[in-house]
Amino acid sequence: MKLLVCIKQVPDMESKFKVNASGNWYDMADLAWRMNEYDEYAVEQAVQLRQQVADSDLTVLCIGRDQVKETMKKALAMGCDRGVHILDEASEQKDSYAIATLIANFARDKGFDLIFTGLQSQDRGSAQVGVMVAELLGLPSLTTLVDFSCADGVVNAKRELEGGTKAKVSCSLPALVTCQLGLNTPRYPTLPNIMKAKRKELLTIPAAELSPPEARLKTLSMAPPEKKGGGLILEGEPAELADKLIQILKEKTTVLA
Amino acid sequence: MKVLLIAEYRDGKLLASSSELSNFAQTLNAESAMLLIGTEAALPAYDGTLYLADIAQAGEFNPSVHKQLILDVIAKEQPQLVVLPHSSYGWDLAPRLAIALNAAQVSEVVEVKEGELIIPACNSKLRRRVKPETEISVVTLQAGAFTPSEEPSGSPTVIKLEATPNGDIQFNGYEAAEETDVDLSKAEVIVSAGRGIGKPENLEIIEALAKALGGEYGASRPVVDAEWAEHSRQVGTTGQTVSPKLYVACGISGAIQHLAGMKKSEFILAINTDKDAPIGEVADVLAVADLKQLVPILTEKLSA
Ligand SMILES: Cc1cc2nc3c(=O)[nH]c(=O)nc-3n(C[C@H](O)[C@H](O)[C@H](O)COP(=O)(O)OP(=O)(O)OC[C@H]3O[C@@H](n4cnc5c(N)ncnc54)[C@H](O)[C@@H]3O)c2cc1C
Ligand SMILES: Nc1ncnc2c1ncn2[C@@H]1O[C@H](COP(=O)(O)O)[C@@H](O)[C@H]1O
Repeated sequence: MKLLVCIKQVPDMESKFKVNASGNWYDMADLAWRMNEYDEYAVEQAVQLRQQVADSDLTVLCIGRDQVKETMKKALAMGCDRGVHILDEASEQKDSYAIATLIANFARDKGFDLIFTGLQSQDRGSAQVGVMVAELLGLPSLTTLVDFSCADGVVNAKRELEGGTKAKVSCSLPALVTCQLGLNTPRYPTLPNIMKAKRKELLTIPAAELSPPEARLKTLSMAPPEKKGGGLILEGEPAELADKLIQILKEKTTVLA
Repeated sequence: MKVLLIAEYRDGKLLASSSELSNFAQTLNAESAMLLIGTEAALPAYDGTLYLADIAQAGEFNPSVHKQLILDVIAKEQPQLVVLPHSSYGWDLAPRLAIALNAAQVSEVVEVKEGELIIPACNSKLRRRVKPETEISVVTLQAGAFTPSEEPSGSPTVIKLEATPNGDIQFNGYEAAEETDVDLSKAEVIVSAGRGIGKPENLEIIEALAKALGGEYGASRPVVDAEWAEHSRQVGTTGQTVSPKLYVACGISGAIQHLAGMKKSEFILAINTDKDAPIGEVADVLAVADLKQLVPILTEKLSA
């Protein structure tokens, strides 16, 4: 069984974000980078299936600058067999459609039985790339999965809906699935597996070789949200802060009465 | 400008997002039509043309059939924007439409400014002003961002559609949310733990503060996903919606899906090491501090 998992490298969301010089994206310097949280669930699910099915092969794919290889190594250490790095120095300037087209152009004719993506990326948060890849390849796609199993050429899954309800869905392979938080418990790579990952194949393909299309969505500008609420920000020593907070709760709420 | 609004219907009910869609069309001053794959028994309060396909015929969850119905109406109405809620229904369908239409897709619009669409980035720490470069584009709206100030009224002019069953995805029924053993919606005070608690042992200090305040403890999703707390404690779009007299968010960044479940609380206190955490947008007070230090002291002083 041929499996593909698509991952993205994103900044840690606790970072302090600044807007870049052209004003149309965040400044990518001085940030801590990691695997998109949703993609950790995708990798884990793909690795579990890879281990369950004899003679299967799992490729991890990531589009981005040279530095994304660091994140790809984590996926290799988690159990992916090989990596494909699509080198793009400015992938943040591409829209989700262009990213999806690169992935589809790579995957077309490779005969993947199942493609895994995250539901969304934490920085762009578009929740588009996975489904678009499937549509471009003419595959069925199941999204927002919190439960997954695959046997006899059929995927049985549960989609998470609002309020905690789930929808039970199924489709035949080949297919694409997008993974939601909590789908499984992503493993931590062990030291021996981190060492082994260093010897795994990591192929680099320049994005230009995969005929990237023009972006359909342009970013005009990026900025922090305007502060709306007149919320109070308190800083200081914990003991002092606690006194102040109790004072405020006494004045503004009835819960301490 | 003309927009086509795609209402959402699930398990016997029309969802409230249909009024947000029509309010969005009004914000744009656009002419609109609506499409509902639902039933005649539950029509939206909407003045305009409503294309109606029967859910029993089209299927509760059948993206291929729903996509085709929408494409047929687009061919008739020729809208510049196709608008869906940014929900499990909308974010599943929108990219399918965008590819079929060669359209740009704009996800999770929170605001319209000078005719341009604004969407969040980086967990709402930033906002992006975007521009579709295509003649038609597909847009999803953040839940709650376009809630009308008044209950909508009106009755639609219905045009019926026939669905042709097809598709490669099978829907096998719903699974209801688990029965909850705690009813957070009744608590007057909720103290919630977020990923910022760092390890499961620290849930104890959150519980202790909840007790000292005479309330219940809640949790954000990562705490529940890691199985440090029961799902019945989860606050947010895929958990409980609460509006206590006091909500204390400890180590919670304030993602939109969490805010949706608690922003109607009467008073919100956030404890977070990050001064810029988006929870500050809704908090009455943001105490910039390490919860591991502040929460126990607060509990101690309250219990004294
Ligand atoms: C479809 C969908 C549905 C979802 N439904 C829900 C839902 O129902 N409920 C929900 O909560 N989420 C939901 N989410 C997830 C949501 O998007 C966020 O990922 C989640 O809310 C983040 O939880 P958090 O704030 O605890 O963690 P993080 O975002 O990781 O934030 C941790 C915070 O803790 C702070 N912190 C770290 N250390 C400390 C310390 N020592 N002291 C004080 N502060 C500290 C950090 O500054 C940070 O702000 C959903 C997501 C999707 C896509
Ligand atoms: N640059 C990228 N490289 C590889 N996969 C990506 C990239 N961007 C997005 N994806 C995949 O598409 C999913 C949805 O991303 P998005 O549409 O940006 O929210 C992510 O969870 C990844 O699985």
